[in-house]
Amino acid sequence: MPEPTPSALSNNPIPLPKDQLLEAYRTMRTIRDFEERLHVEFAKGDIPGFVHLYAGEEACATGVMMHLTDIDRIASTHRGHGHCIAKGVDVGEMMAEIYGKETGSCRGKGGSMHIADLSKGMMGANGILGAGAPLICGAGLAAKFRGDGGVGITFFGDGAANQGTVLESMNLAAIWNLPVIFVIENNGYAEATSVTYATAVDSYVDRATGFGLPAVSVDGTDFFAVHKAAGDLIAKARGGGGPAVLECKMSRFFGHFEGDSQTYKAKGENEFNRANRDCLKIFADRVTAAGVVSEAEIALLDREVASLIDDAVTSAKAAPLPAARDLLSDVYVSY
Amino acid sequence: MARKLSFKMAINEALDLEMRRDPSVILLGEDIVGGSGAPGEKDAWGGVLGVTKGLYAKHGNRLLDTPLSESAYIGAAVGAAACGMRPVAELMFLDFMGVCFDQILNQAAKFRYMFGGKATTPVVIRAMVGAGFRAAAQHSQMLTPMFTHVPGLKVVCPSNAYDAKGLLIQSIRDDDPVIFCEHKNLYGHEVDVPTEAYAIPFGEANVVRDGKDVTIVSYGLTVHRAMDAAAALSRQHGIEAEVIDLRTLSPIDWDTVIESVENTGRLVVVDEAHPRCSIATDVAAYVAQQAFGALKAAPQMVTAPHTPVPFSPTLEDLYIPTAEAIAGAVLRTVPHALAA
Repeated sequence: MPEPTPSALSNNPIPLPKDQLLEAYRTMRTIRDFEERLHVEFAKGDIPGFVHLYAGEEACATGVMMHLTDIDRIASTHRGHGHCIAKGVDVGEMMAEIYGKETGSCRGKGGSMHIADLSKGMMGANGILGAGAPLICGAGLAAKFRGDGGVGITFFGDGAANQGTVLESMNLAAIWNLPVIFVIENNGYAEATSVTYATAVDSYVDRATGFGLPAVSVDGTDFFAVHKAAGDLIAKARGGGGPAVLECKMSRFFGHFEGDSQTYKAKGENEFNRANRDCLKIFADRVTAAGVVSEAEIALLDREVASLIDDAVTSAKAAPLPAARDLLSDVYVSY
Repeated sequence: MARKLSFKMAINEALDLEMRRDPSVILLGEDIVGGSGAPGEKDAWGGVLGVTKGLYAKHGNRLLDTPLSESAYIGAAVGAAACGMRPVAELMFLDFMGVCFDQILNQAAKFRYMFGGKATTPVVIRAMVGAGFRAAAQHSQMLTPMFTHVPGLKVVCPSNAYDAKGLLIQSIRDDDPVIFCEHKNLYGHEVDVPTEAYAIPFGEANVVRDGKDVTIVSYGLTVHRAMDAAAALSRQHGIEAEVIDLRTLSPIDWDTVIESVENTGRLVVVDEAHPRCSIATDVAAYVAQQAFGALKAAPQMVTAPHTPVPFSPTLEDLYIPTAEAIAGAVLRTVPHALAA
């Protein structure tokens, strides 16, 4: 992603050129609509298994991923739809995967928690919390050996931040000076347990300091704050400056999984967050108030995305189921 | 050209040859260089038992000493493999799987299937296995069945230096994750090994002794005990045992086993793993199902007992299957007329 030139920013209080603003909004809106629609479709009972929705956290995935290209790798989480979309995984294939269809990203063999597209540098959503951290160290190591300038980003929540794998990986990335960024998506809850209960330090920045890693904590509902902080850390890592930690504090609008009664949340918490901590609303208000993007342009993107998601759901429902022979295929490359 | 080479140096040679051939091969593990950051020699150890000694001088920074963080570096090897490298990670003792198993079980083994055939994870995890080193319960286990149980993993356990070299080269060139098990009590064992590179295909057992009366199936160190038992049986009882070295446990060469049992009618499986849900039970069950009509006697199993590996040499020597125990099992399958 090229840095905006000073001329492009003149008379513009918004620190990004318009095409990038539209791209950012489109990505965040796509994630939001994808998740809101899954919430509705899941309740109908058509979707097998369980899904974890990313609504409310869109600015984090989008603000980070806008600095990446296909040579850069990400390792995601059980709550991975947003990371997939922001990394460029095909939305139609994702939807088909979640419906367990042959046309899905993983031919119906992975499901919501395992969507991957290695051609896009997406190393997989992951059902094991904290498992992406060692994997992304490997991606960083591979980039370093190849000298291709690629970086690796691992996302994990405030819960998985307490996994040994994450802590071991921070140390490993530090001693090998790997081009890796650890992104902590702090939504306040590890499933139903509060971060204040489960984490001994008040700030993940302090924990990163313990590993000798630079760390930044930002308001994850502010796309521009995420974009700026991630850009700085990624550029440094890409240039050989080593790993870092980025904490994004935000809220998830739904439960841990669909069907979660969310009784651990305060009364009115979701309503408050939707009214005051909605990264899409905050973004749209800011760019329209600045006069950089019009309300009509926002509305047009909203319509385009709504149509994209409609098509994805329609196609996914109509898509063929995997064939019985698929049960036994692709266990090995050769056996 | 062949010359005598130890099991340990055959592994060293395989790693060296593959690193020369393919720049994507890298090595990582605890003290595989040895002395990183320390004031003394850089290449001080070359692995805890010296298996990778000298490779740092030849390949430099393509060997990486790791912190004592098995989850992080085994996972990094898996991740690097998914990104196009061919890492060979040394887990030192396979017993240490306990601290990093998720990266093997839920990551490396699952990627290809779970991602719809779109991932390739050519990682090799080398580790020492087996008892007899007076290393007690946490450094001596034969945990091969833990890995053969997992779809997506390949499991290799050679019995000699020639096979170790050829199977390790195949492991590195293979596109699937491989658990490469090295019996620590074979490291000093020497056989003729060619100097050049060669790959032994997976799933091809080796019939190391021909015989018409009984089939003994084994792998790793106990192949040698089975050979000792076969020699004694021939000498003392005129019983000619066919001895099969499985070499790879996943995939496994069922055809060679079945063909042999159909000829001999008798089966003894020798496994240094515990008796339950082991390679021994697997082979015995498969033969019972596929060649029941050929069997003249119930299949016998000779395994370690269902106990942790004890420390005291007196007890540990009782733990590992002996040639005497194997011969005893063979005699249980043979009619008195033949045994007389």
